[in-house]
Order: sequence, then C-alpha cells, then structure tokens
Amino acid sequence: MATQETSQSATFRHAFGNVLSFAVLLLIGVMAFSIRLFSVIKYESVIHEFDPYFNYRVTQVRLVFVYGIFANSFLRDQFVYPLGRVIGGTVYPGLTLTAGTLWRILNSMNIPLSVETVCVFTAPVFSAFASLATYLLTKEIKGAGAGLTAAALLAMVPSYISRSVAGSYDNEAVAIFALIFTFYLYIKTLNTGSLFYATLNAIAYFYMVCSWGGYTFIINLIPMHVLLCIVTGRYSPRLYIAYAPLSLNVVSIRMLNITFRREKAASSQASSLISEVKLGIVRVVMVVLGTLLAALVPVVGFNAVMTSEHFASFLGHAANLQMSFSNSVVFIIIHVVALVYYIKGILSPQMFKVAVTLVVSVGMVVCFAVLAVLIALVASSPTKGWSGRSLSLLDPTYASKYIPIIASVSEHQPPTWPSYFMDINVLAFLVPAGIIACFFPLSDASSFAVLYIVTSVYFSGVMVRLMLVLAPAACIMSGIALSEAFDAENFLIKAGDTTKVTQNDVKHEKSEDTIKERSSRKSKKKDKENIERPSLVSQVEKRLLVLPLETSVIAVFLLVLLGAFYVVHCVWAAAEAYSAPSIVLTSRSHDGLHVFDDFREAYAWLSHNTEVDDKVASWWDYGYQTTAMANRTVIVDNNTWNNTHIATVGTAMSSPEKAAWDIFNSLDVKYVLVVFGGLVGYPSDDINKFLWMVRIGGGVFPHIKEPDYLRDGQYRIDSQATPTMLNCLMYKLSYFRFVETDGRGFDRVRNTEIGKKHFKLTHFEEVFTTHHWMVRIYKLKSPRNRIRGKTKKSKSKSGTSTSSKRSGTRKKNPWQ
Amino acid sequence: MAAPKVAFLLLNLISILPLLVSSFSPDRPTDRRILVVLDDLSLKSSHSLFFSSLKSRGFDLDFKLADDPAIAVKRYGQYMYDGLILLSPSTERFGGSLDVEGVLDFVDSGHDLIVSADANASDLIRNIAAECGVDFDEDPSAVIVDHSSYAVSETEGDHTLIAADDFIQSDVILGNKKIEATVLFKGIGHSLNPANSMVLKALSASPSSYSTNPSSKLSSQPPSLYGTAISLVSVVQARNAARIMISGSLDMFSNRLFRAGVQKSGSLNKYEKSGNEQFITELSKWIFHERGHLKAVNLRHNKVGESEEPSMYRINDDLEFSVEIFEWSGSSWVPHVSKDVQVQFYMMSPYVLKTLSTNGKGLYHTSFKVPDVYGVFQFKVEYQKLGYTSLSLSKQIPVRPFKHNEYERFITTAFPYYGASFSMMAGFFIFSGVYLYNK
Repeated sequence: MATQETSQSATFRHAFGNVLSFAVLLLIGVMAFSIRLFSVIKYESVIHEFDPYFNYRVTQVRLVFVYGIFANSFLRDQFVYPLGRVIGGTVYPGLTLTAGTLWRILNSMNIPLSVETVCVFTAPVFSAFASLATYLLTKEIKGAGAGLTAAALLAMVPSYISRSVAGSYDNEAVAIFALIFTFYLYIKTLNTGSLFYATLNAIAYFYMVCSWGGYTFIINLIPMHVLLCIVTGRYSPRLYIAYAPLSLNVVSIRMLNITFRREKAASSQASSLISEVKLGIVRVVMVVLGTLLAALVPVVGFNAVMTSEHFASFLGHAANLQMSFSNSVVFIIIHVVALVYYIKGILSPQMFKVAVTLVVSVGMVVCFAVLAVLIALVASSPTKGWSGRSLSLLDPTYASKYIPIIASVSEHQPPTWPSYFMDINVLAFLVPAGIIACFFPLSDASSFAVLYIVTSVYFSGVMVRLMLVLAPAACIMSGIALSEAFDAENFLIKAGDTTKVTQNDVKHEKSEDTIKERSSRKSKKKDKENIERPSLVSQVEKRLLVLPLETSVIAVFLLVLLGAFYVVHCVWAAAEAYSAPSIVLTSRSHDGLHVFDDFREAYAWLSHNTEVDDKVASWWDYGYQTTAMANRTVIVDNNTWNNTHIATVGTAMSSPEKAAWDIFNSLDVKYVLVVFGGLVGYPSDDINKFLWMVRIGGGVFPHIKEPDYLRDGQYRIDSQATPTMLNCLMYKLSYFRFVETDGRGFDRVRNTEIGKKHFKLTHFEEVFTTHHWMVRIYKLKSPRNRIRGKTKKSKSKSGTSTSSKRSGTRKKNPWQ
Repeated sequence: MAAPKVAFLLLNLISILPLLVSSFSPDRPTDRRILVVLDDLSLKSSHSLFFSSLKSRGFDLDFKLADDPAIAVKRYGQYMYDGLILLSPSTERFGGSLDVEGVLDFVDSGHDLIVSADANASDLIRNIAAECGVDFDEDPSAVIVDHSSYAVSETEGDHTLIAADDFIQSDVILGNKKIEATVLFKGIGHSLNPANSMVLKALSASPSSYSTNPSSKLSSQPPSLYGTAISLVSVVQARNAARIMISGSLDMFSNRLFRAGVQKSGSLNKYEKSGNEQFITELSKWIFHERGHLKAVNLRHNKVGESEEPSMYRINDDLEFSVEIFEWSGSSWVPHVSKDVQVQFYMMSPYVLKTLSTNGKGLYHTSFKVPDVYGVFQFKVEYQKLGYTSLSLSKQIPVRPFKHNEYERFITTAFPYYGASFSMMAGFFIFSGVYLYNK
C-alpha cells in the first residue's frame, strides 16, 4: 500500500515535473528567440555583415529553381567574374535548404513572409532549438535539472548570440543546433543502445555535414571518445551501436566522395593501378549503410558537400585522408574489440588463450600491413593530408606565417583573454566545477562531456571563431555545475529545517528512482555501478553535511548573484555588442545618435546608376554585399577559393594608377569601390586592411613588396609615408579630394594628417561618394580618343613663346 | 485659315528636324554637311577643284571665314556639321564660339576633320594638330626644303616646292589605283611620336629633306626635323573612328598644284598632271568614311546542330560562331572580304583563337570546342587593320561545368568498385536471409 502510494506520488511528481520542465523549456526557447531580436528592434530587419548576404542570395536564387538543381547551379556572371563559381560545389547547402524549406512550409500554410524575413529569423529560431537540444544532451549526461540550467545558459551565452542574432544568416546559425543535437543522439544511443537512435544520429550528423565545416569536429571527437571508452575498459555493445553506423556513414560519404572525384579524373585520364588498389581497400568498408545513405540523400551530390572549400568554414575542409585515417583506425579497433568480446563469450578459457595468441600474431601482421597502406595513403597526398587551415589548428602561427589570406581574417586569429570573458563570461569559472561534477560518477556520457570541453577549449585557443564550439560545452558544464551545486545546497537547506530521517528518505527515494530509471534504460551490465552509487552518494552527503545552514544560504545567494550577473552581461552583449548589423552603423556623440547608412547608399547608387553587366572591383570583404545588394558582378568575393584572383585585385590596389588601370581593364572592371573611414573614424576601412592586400598580392606577384609600403617597419599614411604608399591606387582612391573636407586632410582613424593632399586622378574618375565618405566609387576612364603630341599646349597667344615650347627631354606619357 | 498653315509649317519643321539632328551614324557613316573654314574667301576659287570634287560626291559645303562671328559647329547641343575642313592656317582665333576645345570635342564626338597648316601656321592650328598627335616644326619660319627631290621648274628657286612620292602603303587609305605622279608639296613639315599608334604618315618626305628657314643660312646645328622622320601629310583615326587629316601645306589643295605638271629632279618621268588631285581626293574619301569603314553585325553563336543561341555553354560543348562584317562603300554596305578575321574565346586570356572563314558575302563563321574550363567567357572579335575602322566586339557567355548527372554513369575503370559494392550488398542480403531463416 505504502509503496503504491509512494509510487503514485512519485508519478504525480514526475508528471508535475515534466509539465514544469516543459514550461521552463518553452520559456527558455522564447527567451533564446527574443534576446536575439535586439538587432531588429534597434536597427531593422536586415541581413547582417558579409557572408549572410551570399547565403541570402543563394536562398533567393535557389528558391526560383527546384531543390535538385542546387548542386548544379552555376551562378553565372554574378559571382567572381570572370572565373565563375559553382555554387553547389562551394557552399554548404544545409542553411539555405533549411531556410528555403521553412519558407515553403510557411507559404503553404498561407503565411506570406518574404524570403528575407525568413532568413533573418532563421538564426533565432534555431537558437531556441539549440537550447532544446542542449537540454536533451545535458539531461542524458546529468539529469533534467542540469539540462534545464544548461539550456537556459545556452539560450543567452554571448558567444552564440554573436553568431545568431536576427539577421545573422550564416551557417553557424543552424550548425550549432545540429552539432548539439548530433551529440545528444550519440549519447542517447550510447545510453540506450537503440539502433533507432543510431540511425537518427547518422541522419543528424549528415545534416551537420550539410551545414557547416565544423562537422570535422564531431567526427574527430566521437572516435576519440570511443577510443577513450575502449582504453578505459568501457567497451559495450551500445558503444558499438552508437559508433559503427555513424562511422560507416562517414566513411561511406567519404568513399563516395573520393570515388566520385576519382571517377571524374578517371573519365578524363586513366587512373593508375595503384590508386585503384588503394581505393579498393578503402572501398570495401563502404557497405550497406553507405548505399542506404546514398538513397536517403537526394541528388544533392556528395561532391557538393564534401569538396567545398568554403572559406567560412574555419575547421574547413580538413584533409579527407587524415579524417578517414583516424576513423578507419578507430573503426578497426572497435571491431577487433567486439570480436574479442564475442569470442571470449563462446570459447572456453584455454581455447580463448590459444585463440588470443594466434589472433594476436596474425593480427599484428595484418595491422601493420593496413597501417602501412594507410600511412602510404596519407603520405601520398601532396600536403601529407593536411590542409592549411587544419595545420593552423595545430600550429596557431602556421597561417600567419605562410598563408596571408587566412591570417588576414580577424576571425582566424587566436583570441585574447578578454574575449573569453566577453564571450562566455561567468561560465569560464563554472566549467571546472562542472568537470569535477562529471567525475562523480564518471559515466560514458559524462566522459564524453569532459572530452568535449577539453578539446573545444584547445580549439578555441587557436581561433577566436572556434569560441562558438566552446560555448555549448561551457554551457553544459556550467549547467551541470550549477545544478549540482543547487542540488547540494538545497538539500543542505532542507536538511537544516527538516528532520534527518525524512530527508534521508526523500533523498534515498530520489536516488533510487534515478538508479531504477538508469538501470532500466541501460543494460544489465551496470550492476557494478549500482552497488557503487549509493555508497558514493552517501559519502558525498556526509561530506556535504558538514557545512552549516548559513553557509549554504549564502552560497545559494552568491550563486544566484552570479547567475544574475551573467544574465545582465548577456543582455548587454546582445543589445549593445553583437546586434549591430555592420551594414548600418551608429555612433553616439554629444549631439545625439548618428546613423551611418553609407553602405546601402552606395550599393543603391550602384544598382541604379550602372549597367547590369558592369563589373565592380573592391576588396573581397564587400563582394557578397555588392552582389546581393547592388546586384552587380564582382571580381572577388568573400569566398576565397582562388588565391591568385584575390592577389590580382590586391596587386591592383597596391599598384600605381596606370598599372592598376591596366589590371582592372583586363578584368573588364568598370567601377572600383573603396571603403574609407577617415572622415568619420570608421576603423575597418580599406586603408587599414591595405597591408593585407599588399601581402596577398605580393604572395603571388613578387614585384609588390611589403617593405616598400612601410617606413622603418611602420605603416603610415602621413608625410613620412613611402612614395610607393603615397602613389598606390588605394591611397589615391581613399584620399582623393579628402583635403577639401577640412582643409588639411586629417584622418580620424589614423589620427594624422595625410601625406599627399593635392593630387589628380588620371585614369579614374570619382563618380560617387556617400554622405559620410565611407564608400567611394570610381569609374575607370576610357582610354583617350586621341593621343596627344609632344608639344605642350601654349596658353599664351604670343608668337615668342613658341620657341620656348620645345620640350624634347620630357618623357612622353601618352595618357596625359 | 492660318491654323492649317502653322500646322503645315510645324510638320515641315518636324520632318526637317531629324535631318538636322542626324549626324554621323554607324549605319550611314558618310558625312554630308561640311563646314569649311577659310582665311580668305579667295581660297574658295583658288582651291575650287578640291571643293568641287567634294560637292560632286554629294557633300554640302558651308564656307565661313575664320573670323566670322557666327561660326559655330554646335547648336543646342547638336552638331550641325558632320565634317570640318580648316583651311585657315594663319587664324589665331576663330570668330564665334569655336575654339581648340570646340574642334577637339567635335572630333571626339565622332566627326571628321581636315586641317591644313602652312608656312605661317598659327598657334591655334599647331595646337589642334598637337592635340591630335602631330607636332609641327616649332620654328615658325621653317619650311621643308629638299635639294634632291624638288619639283623641277623653270626657275631654279629655293627648292621648297618638293615632289614627294613616299605614300602610305594602303589601298584602303589611298584607293586601289596606284598614284603614279608625284605629289607637289610646299609648306611645313611635322613629326610624329613613333609610340603613337593612331597617327599615320600618309605622305612622307624624302631622306634628303629637312626643315629650315630657306632665307637664312644653314647653321652648324642640324635642323630639328630632317629625313624620313618628316611627315608631310598625316592621318589619324581616333578610337571612336573619327578621322583626321593634317597637312603642312595649304597649297597642295590648290587648283594650281592640282593642275601643274611635275617632274621630280633627277627623274626623267615628267607628268602632265601632278598626283595632288588623286592623292587629296582619295585621302578625303577615306577621311569622310567613303572607304575603310567596317561594321560587324549579327554576332551569333550556337551549339552545333542547334540554331538557338544558348544562354550558357557547358564545358566541351561544340559550338558554331558567326559574324557578319560589311564595309561602307560610300552609298551602301558591301560585304567585306578578308582572310584574317579572328575570334577569341576569352577569359582573361584567349583560350581559343580561330581564324574565321568567309563565304564572300560578309558572313564569317567557324566552329570550335569550348575549352575544359568553366567561367565567364567572351567571344571577342578584335579586328584592327591599317586603314579600316577597328572592330571590337565582345559578347559575354558563361560556361558551366558538368552537372552531376552529365558524367558518364558507368566507366570501365571503376568496374571493380561496382563489383565490390554490389557483391557486398548481395552478400549481406543472402547472409541476412540465411542467418534469419535457417536456424
């Protein structure tokens, strides 16, 4: 009777708890969505920054077509003239597919939203989903309480907000959700051993692959975890089920991809026998799930997904080979281990020993052979299977040393310490506590969480952008830490007022509950843990009981305070720091708020005043915006798959006028766009980026030398600047007529007077300068209709001056 | 009663208006209305042969004195003339609104110009010439003297009337008929910048000629201009196809030299009539676009076997390209026949360069394979030939890579892999069946 009652009350409490946590989750979702709306409220519903414009454009264009065309759509003139760009092969389709589907669903429900609106709000919606996924993941690791806390923390973590405010329509918007959800399904499979979840996991992983280059993180982390489990003797069939399908998936995608490419190569020239043999070996691995996947995926094309060198993907297209290497090794190991366990079960101990010696000796030979082949595979690729971006992951200084084009992106720099505080705030202090909590007790799931946080901390130290991967891990850890702490403190407070007996009862019941749940979910193998757990819990209880009531209350108060600080910081970050669309700028001064809408002004000018076919040259940062907002063809854009092409534009910008004119003319450029912040003090203008242009240009065209632009190693544009600097196109286009603004040409970004104030342009003419001079557009002058002779034009009419007009020594310039 | 009259007048005006505004057009390149600016109205009669040859070819000549205050080439933003002949070497300043800039703008808007200087050429004329790339000898008193190829005359003279026969080698500029007689020239010489590719020597001086003041003694210094570097008559074709002729002699247009017999010193051939008339007439035909004006139309391309022009090609497509080129004969467009027209398939550099074959009726065509490179290409026809207006056509066309389903579906080299895949699948299926139902 009593047991029935308790179980009844337990179910009631359960139900109540479920409803409560559902309500809390709903609120968290609403908060995650609404905290990201600051940008819309403060500015307007626009798409932000650079890359999102491209994604938006792709979404727009693709909606016109059918889904299947995506992989093949070759956006013709618009992108990267004249080399063209295969959109399907250079873009992760996940984001645009998602937003496109969303738009279609809404439209079919007669909710007529524009594509832009859907794109703007995709990120906030998916951050709500990400919170949900965090809840699920953390719940699998440490229970519902920790899950809710982690979800709440993730909903407002500034690092994630920075990439997912309304309007930030970038791959990360959906990818973080996909990342967390994939991890959740992995852990879920690990905990349940269900093939259903394993399949879901494979699909979620596939979605992640579609969305973001960060998928390489998943596919390296999971094998690492599997390896860790095997090494620590935690091998179980569940682990096998959780890993094998996923891995097969990965391997098969990869194999398909490789064969696809090879076949392409083979169709043009016969591939060598050796590569066939190599492929044959790896190909064997591609089995049932591979074909299943191939059937699952529409003709999106593995090539499209896998060969992308999209620059936005910072983890990038890490070398295929090295990936399959680590995967195959782990894959083989897990099979060997599985086999060993299986054989151990069916053989008698003696037989097993004999078998072991036999297998080990044979296995060693086979392993060495396989290893040798794999190493040969890796070594046969020109970069030893390492792409530049992956190398910069391991050696943070690699990119800045060897690849200026990677180093020039600020997101690829290592972060500073304040950025940790800015981006994850108090979580940084809670994470260690969370890690400790994960060890009491250490389960498969919690070990995964620990591994996740450790690796992501390392990666975030390499590239500031990878902070985004760290944020969910930090939230999970902090969620665990906070909830454990609250649990303990609450328990202590309760213990303070109630009698010890009832408290013990409740606690015991609770712990039993969880144990029951867990043991039912997991297989019987957890017997050992079952025995350990209560004793451990009671130990912890005993230890904690030492704290007096007041301390607990104060501790709770302090924790709440900490959380409050976090909330304040997050709201501030969302409202002030991260919601600027960077296409509209504002500044506050003593006489009120100033809005700088120069970018849109310039793009609108371009779209209204230039021919549809005209090509616009600018530094690559503005490529996507020009394409999307001005609807004009650009020479280079933010996708930097062709270094030489960018270097050509960099060279033109660093050359004197005539040489630059020749370069631009050869590229059919009609207009040149420069961004200039000197008048209003906008620091990320082209003059500040100019050294990168020189470096990138000089990397391909050696006649551009960086020291020519530096005076004693210093970059300056004042009267001390080098003649090369003062005569280069970028200087001229930026500072042309600048002296007319204030009479002395004072640059407010560099805080100095410019070096060369009065000069004329001979091959370019200014056609448009925006209100705050932030964007200046120049047109290439057409070559002169006539070529003038040597004789100077005489101003005076007197005949005597004719003899003085002789100017034989003057070097002839046909352009003057 | 008055109303219909007014309406009629208006109608008249409206019908005249297009005539007035129709200036140089690519479809009818012939200039019809020419303003002739003279120093002195007596030139009208002394150079009447030149003018009447123009008139007989259908030009309206409008004679104005250089200091006429009503002189203007432009009214309400429209050019009233299609060509300008400046036979006013000594004018320092035009009357009316015309000035150096006005003349150059006239040229830059595609109109033709004939300028003649003379021994006492003014700065104005020199400036106009210099703007077109022709540098007259800066010594104002210098004229061309040639002691070995002067025109033999009764009086010994100072050898300033020279007989030149070094013509530009171009049938387009000087006509098919070879100019047999030498051309009489009396005036100043000029030099050209060799780097200037637009200006051509139509008539060069002989190696023994030089530029000096004939009345003064030769100084020890070499003259500023001498030898074949001296150009007597130059022609310019600007980038917009406007054509300019600059001559250092006003007399060479005159009736006197047109009719004069000529015998070059040291030569036994004596011609009854100098080559001036033929030379000037043929050159003026070229200047006023009666020869050597090309147009290219109907630039077409399509895939082999299709007739529609595609919006995009795929790599390795076979395509056909054709263009029609016509030449203005003075009254109609006739097919231009040439064997050296080429087309480029161009993306930053030409990937394909093919010579077009012609059917003799103006149609040029070829076919080639699109290179194995995708991107935004251009069909480019760049036809620049001496004497002809330059043709520069380009048409943008994107070339896309293969779609995923355009690759060969099964390739022989990959058969082991297909075998591996399918045998694996079959094996798995059989194994499952055996395992499940054979217990």
